[in-house]
Amino acid sequence: MPDATANAAPDSAAPLLVVDHASKSFGAVRALEDGWIELRSGEAHALVGENGAGKSTVVKILAGVHRPDSGRVLLDGAEVVFDTTAQSHAAGIAIIFQEPTLFPDLSVAENVFIGAQPLRSGRRIDVRRMRREAAGLFEQLGVKLDPDRIARGLSIADQQIVEIAKALSADARVIVMDEPTAALTQTEVERLFRVVETLRARGAAVLFISHRLDEVFALCQRVTVMRDGRHVVTDAIADTSTQKLIHAMVGRDLDALFPKEVAEVGETVLKVDRLTREGEFTDVSFEVRAGEIVALAGLVGAGRSEVARAIFGIDRADAGGVEVHGRRLPPASPNAAMDAGIGFVPEDRRQQGLVMPISIERNMALASLQRLQRFFLIPRLAERRFASDWAKRLQLRYGRLSDPASSLSGGNQQKIVLAKWLARRPTLLIVDEPTRGIDVGTKAEVHRLLSDLANEGVAILMISSELPEVLGMADRVIVLFEGRVSGEFARSEATELAIMQAAAGLATGEAA
Amino acid sequence: MSAADAPVDAQRASAYRVAEAVVRFRELGIVLALIVVIGGTALDNHLFLSGTSLQQLLSGASIVALLAIGETLVIVTRNVDLSIGSILGLSAYMTGDIFVHYPHASIVLVLLAGAGLGLVCGVVNGAIVTLFRVPSLVVTLGTLYVIRGIDASWAGGNQVGAFSLPDSFNSLGYGKVLGVPYLGIVTIICVGVATYAMRTFRPGRDLYAIGSNPEAAHLAGIPVQRRVFAAFALSGLIAGFAGVLWLSLYGSVDSTAGTGYEFEVIAAVVVGGVAIFGGSGSVLGAALGALLLNTIANSLVVINVSSYWDQAFQGALLILAIAFDRLISLRLAPALRTRRSARAAG
Repeated sequence: MPDATANAAPDSAAPLLVVDHASKSFGAVRALEDGWIELRSGEAHALVGENGAGKSTVVKILAGVHRPDSGRVLLDGAEVVFDTTAQSHAAGIAIIFQEPTLFPDLSVAENVFIGAQPLRSGRRIDVRRMRREAAGLFEQLGVKLDPDRIARGLSIADQQIVEIAKALSADARVIVMDEPTAALTQTEVERLFRVVETLRARGAAVLFISHRLDEVFALCQRVTVMRDGRHVVTDAIADTSTQKLIHAMVGRDLDALFPKEVAEVGETVLKVDRLTREGEFTDVSFEVRAGEIVALAGLVGAGRSEVARAIFGIDRADAGGVEVHGRRLPPASPNAAMDAGIGFVPEDRRQQGLVMPISIERNMALASLQRLQRFFLIPRLAERRFASDWAKRLQLRYGRLSDPASSLSGGNQQKIVLAKWLARRPTLLIVDEPTRGIDVGTKAEVHRLLSDLANEGVAILMISSELPEVLGMADRVIVLFEGRVSGEFARSEATELAIMQAAAGLATGEAA
Repeated sequence: MSAADAPVDAQRASAYRVAEAVVRFRELGIVLALIVVIGGTALDNHLFLSGTSLQQLLSGASIVALLAIGETLVIVTRNVDLSIGSILGLSAYMTGDIFVHYPHASIVLVLLAGAGLGLVCGVVNGAIVTLFRVPSLVVTLGTLYVIRGIDASWAGGNQVGAFSLPDSFNSLGYGKVLGVPYLGIVTIICVGVATYAMRTFRPGRDLYAIGSNPEAAHLAGIPVQRRVFAAFALSGLIAGFAGVLWLSLYGSVDSTAGTGYEFEVIAAVVVGGVAIFGGSGSVLGAALGALLLNTIANSLVVINVSSYWDQAFQGALLILAIAFDRLISLRLAPALRTRRSARAAG
C-alpha cells in the first residue's frame, strides 16, 4: 500500500470542492459563520474542532440535508446547490456516517447496488454480475466481505466498508467520513486507513472528521481547524503539530457567563465504584459531595450519558456499584434511585423528559403524583397550585398552565423538566446537557438555578459538551475517553487545554 | 488487538449464522412441518393421503395462498392490508350477481371484472395510505368495514346459489388436470410468478428495502410512496381475482363471504416467514404457510379434534412464529454490543 505519494501533499492547484464562506443558523443559534474548506483531488483532509465547532453542519451542507443561509459550494469551480441528498449523491459526494444506515434484511451486494442494480435482458437484475462487482469492489478496497450475507449483524466497520463500496460504485469523487473511527477496533482503523489510501490513489478527495489527532497525523495531508462555527486555520500536516492544533481548537476567550458560587461542600452523596457496562464504559469511579457540582466531560460518544443512565438504573451495569448516602442502590431500578433521592434530567428532553402533548401542569406533577394523590385520584386544583408555585420559582414564561408542553421554548421546557424533579427534593441531581439548544438568557437562568441548588446542599452531576459551561460551573471535572476516566481536575487545575487533551485521550504533558 | 477481536468475531459470526440459517431455511422448515403433519395424520387415518383428500388440501389452501401473495407484497413494505376479506366478498357477490343477470357471461370477462373491482379498492387503500400518510392499519381497517357495508347493502339478505351459476363456471372450482385442481394450478403459477418477480426486478427489491429501512430507502432514491401504492393496488387486484375463484369453489355467496379471511391470511404470511415489520420473507414462504395452516385444520378434523381447537392452533402457531423471529433478533443484539468493548480493552 505505501507508495511514494502516500504522505506528500498533492500539489494539484485547482481545488475539487470548496465550501466558500458558508453560514447557517438554526433559530438564534449560529451553527456556522463564514465556514470555509477546500478539498483537492487525491488528498485526505482532516476537519477538526471541539463539539459544536460547526463540523457536522458542514457535513450536512455537503450531504444536501441543510442549505447554507449564505455562501456557496463549488465543485470543480462551478457553484452547486443541493436541495436533497439525492442531488448531492448525484454530484459525486458520498457521506460515510459513524454508524451507517444499511438495509439490514438485504444482502451486502444489494446494499451496495440498491436502486442501481446491474440489469440483464428484460430489466431483470443480474444477480451474478452484482455479486461479482461487489466482490470486485471489496477486493479493490482490500477487504474480505461476503457479498451474499445479509447486512444485519455486520460490525460497524464492515457497514462503513459497504457504504464506501457504494460510494465507489457510484464513482464518488468526494468522500466525507464523519467520525468513522469512533466505534472501530485498532485493526479496523488500520484497515480503514488502507481503504482511504486506495480512494486517494483513485483521485478522490477524502474529508476525514475525527477527534483523534494521532489519526489525523497518520492519515491526512492537510488539516482545517474550526471553532465556534468559523474557519480558524488550514495547514499542511507537515507544518503543524498536535500542540498547535489544540491551541487553534480551544483558543477562545472565556466569558464570565457561568458564575458558580462557592458552596460549602458536605458529605459524600454519590459514590460510583468501578462501574462497568460492556461496550459502553469501563471501571468508572468517582464521588459527588453535597453542595458540589461535578462535571462529566468528554467527547460525544465517550460514554458520559451511558454512565448517567446506569447510575439512575435505566441501564443495568455489568459490574461495579453505585452508593447514595452510603447505601448501595439495587441495579437497574430507577424507582430505587428515585427513592434514594436521585433526580435525572435527561439529555433529550423532547423524547425522555417531557410528555409533549400534555399540559405544562401535568408534566410538572408527573414525578410527584404520589404526594398529590388523594384516594387514587389526582385533584386538579392541587395539581394547578403545585404547578403555579414552581412556575413562579423558576420564572417560567408560559401562556397558560393548561397549554401543552410543546408550546414552550426549549429553555422553558427544560425548566419544566427541572421543576418536575426539584419538586421531589432530590439530594442528587443528574443533568445531562442542561442547556443544549437553549438561548443565552435562559441558559444563564438555568445556571443560576443549578448554582442555587448547590448552595442549598444538593449534589449535582452535570454532563456537558460545552467547555465554557464545564469550566464555569464545575467544582470538579471528570473527563471520560472511550468509556474510561482519562482525567480528573479540581476547579483550579481545570483549563480548556487540559480537558481537551484528556478528552482526546492524550496523556497530560504530551502536547503541553 | 487481533487476539482480543477473535472471540468477539466468533461470537458474532455464530449469531449471524443462526439468523442467516433461519432466513434461508424457513421455507424448508415449513415443508418439513407439512410432511410431519400429513404423515402423522395419515398414520391415524390412511385416507388422508388419498388423491381426493390431497386435492382438497390444495384447493382449500389456494384461496388463502392467493390472498397471501398480495398481503406479502404489502407486509414486506412494513404495512398491512386488512381489507382483503371484504374485497374478496364484494367481488364474489358481484360475480354471482353478474351471472344472475347475464347467465352466459364469459368467464374471462368475469375474472377481469372481479380483478378490476379489487384493483379499484386497492387503489383507494394505496391512495389514502400514501397521499395522506395515514397508517395502513387504520386505513384498511376502515375500508374493511366500508367495503363490507357496500357488499351488505347490495346483497341485502340475498344469496346467489350454485343453480344460478353456469356449469362451466362451477367446473372452474372443481375441475382438474391430471388430478391437479385448476385452482391449485392457478395459485401455483401466481405464486411462482410473484416469487420470481420479487426476487428479480428492481421494484420487487425496492419493496424489501422500504420495509427494511424506510428512511434509508428514501435516501437511496427509491420512490417509496409509489411502490407502497402499487403494493396496495396489487393486493386489492389479487383479492378481487380471488373473489371470483372463491365463488367458483364454494358455489354460493351472500354478504358475509370472506369475513375474517384477512386474519387467516396474515397468520399464513407470518407463519410462512414474512417478517411482520417488513423487509424479509418470500411469497413462496407465505403460500406454504397457507398450505400448512389449511393442512393442520383438515388434519384436526380427521383425527377428530373439535374444529374449535383449529383456531386456537392457528393462533398458537402465529405467536410461535413471531416469538421465534423476535428471539433471533434479541440474540443478535448483545453480540453487536460487545463489539465496542474490544476497542476499549485495547
